Amino acid sequence: MSADHDDHHDPSPPAGRALRLGVGGPVGSGKTALVAALCRTLGPVLRLGVVTNDIYTTEDADFLRAAGVLAPDRIAAVQTGCCPHTAIRDDIAANLDAVEELEERLGPLDLVIVESGGDNLTATFSRGLADRQIFVLDVSGGDKVPRKGGPGVTGADLLVINKTDLAEHVGADLTVMSRDAAAVREGRPVIFTSVRQVPEVYAVAAWVRGVVEAWAHDRDHQHPQVAPRPAGVAAPRPAPVPRPDDR
Amino acid sequence: MNAALLLLADSRLPAGGHGHSGGAEQAVRTGAVTGLADLAAFLRGRLATAGLAAAALAAAARELAAGPAADAAAWRELDAEADARTASPAQREAARAQGRLLLRGARRIWPAPVLDGLAAALPRGAHHPIALGAVSAAAGCSGGEAALAAAYASITGPATAAVRLLGLDPVGVHRLLAGLAPAMEDVARAAGSPAAWAALPAHTAPALDLLAEQHLRTEVRLFVS
Repeated sequence: MSADHDDHHDPSPPAGRALRLGVGGPVGSGKTALVAALCRTLGPVLRLGVVTNDIYTTEDADFLRAAGVLAPDRIAAVQTGCCPHTAIRDDIAANLDAVEELEERLGPLDLVIVESGGDNLTATFSRGLADRQIFVLDVSGGDKVPRKGGPGVTGADLLVINKTDLAEHVGADLTVMSRDAAAVREGRPVIFTSVRQVPEVYAVAAWVRGVVEAWAHDRDHQHPQVAPRPAGVAAPRPAPVPRPDDR
Repeated sequence: MNAALLLLADSRLPAGGHGHSGGAEQAVRTGAVTGLADLAAFLRGRLATAGLAAAALAAAARELAAGPAADAAAWRELDAEADARTASPAQREAARAQGRLLLRGARRIWPAPVLDGLAAALPRGAHHPIALGAVSAAAGCSGGEAALAAAYASITGPATAAVRLLGLDPVGVHRLLAGLAPAMEDVARAAGSPAAWAALPAHTAPALDLLAEQHLRTEVRLFVS
């Protein structure tokens, strides 16, 4: 197991391991649905593993394990003792252990997704755990959320704004959300989704593939000290017409 | 004075401890712990049983780690002593997970060949007190300090879990812990005197064993143990 490994170097040696992608965001924004959608779309083309945090019920776990999403042995669960942000930021030991156990047991992987338990706007992943991170908001939280910012909204490598199908019902202005997000994110990408309506999440999946390919390229070409940005996925500025890119 | 002991015992040490409740989650669920008075009894019981055994194992591991005999066979033998004092398989699993995570961090925080040797001898993880004792040696703590850290960890983790699960007044809970400070020191003193491993304290708490087993079989769990 992980304790066998030489653990003296920094926790993010790119050589020989999968890209670790954190998926965080507030409770109910659609993190699990997005992860399931990514598994469905990317599972056939990438070697995938998933670490979930704070799956409360077998119902949630079954949601991920449902046929066609991901084999049960590719999903590991971590309990965070009521502190989801601690497990992804301050004390990442249990999540690292779970990630390494998956990689060791399943052989080489391309991508390990770590899904945070639902938390607040300040929760972000430690760089010691996640190489890249997605922050998931939904429109029903109100269209002012992107303006409020917070480390997740401003700093995540990709901001996903989900449940666009609800916008008209909750009075959320997607144009406002798009403009505000672009203003605080300095060009980092934003993708609008309706995972319920477009479960393939094409645009998000394409972004993830780009990131994984850039990571693999860097890993295989041994560029020293390079922290690659995903090529070709920078957000247009100003933000595009705010309809779900995944339609 | 030893600042390393403070670092080692600090709940902010990134070693996965925040995910463990030491049976407190299940005790809350079953109604055995509902408030400060119940919690005090729970912690006293835990300290006098699992806490004392853990403290003694930690002191023994510290002694082994600081000496010349710390080879793989010795680590496995001491770990087997920990197994023998841990009746519940769920508790064994939890103790190994915590030991593995502690060692994972400590090998980078206090690099030492003895920690590499322990990790290699027990790749699935040493029991937490064993890892704690070895890390104490690497960090420059004495056997008594290792025992004190183990006694402290045996009740502060569950106490914090109870604060989170029951919404208890955190100051009230810390006052309770402060009241237990002399008992923690007593346990560390009792544990710190070197003994043949077979003669190390083997106090058990069947109720804790049962809570651990029930916890593992519960669908909704916020803590690992």
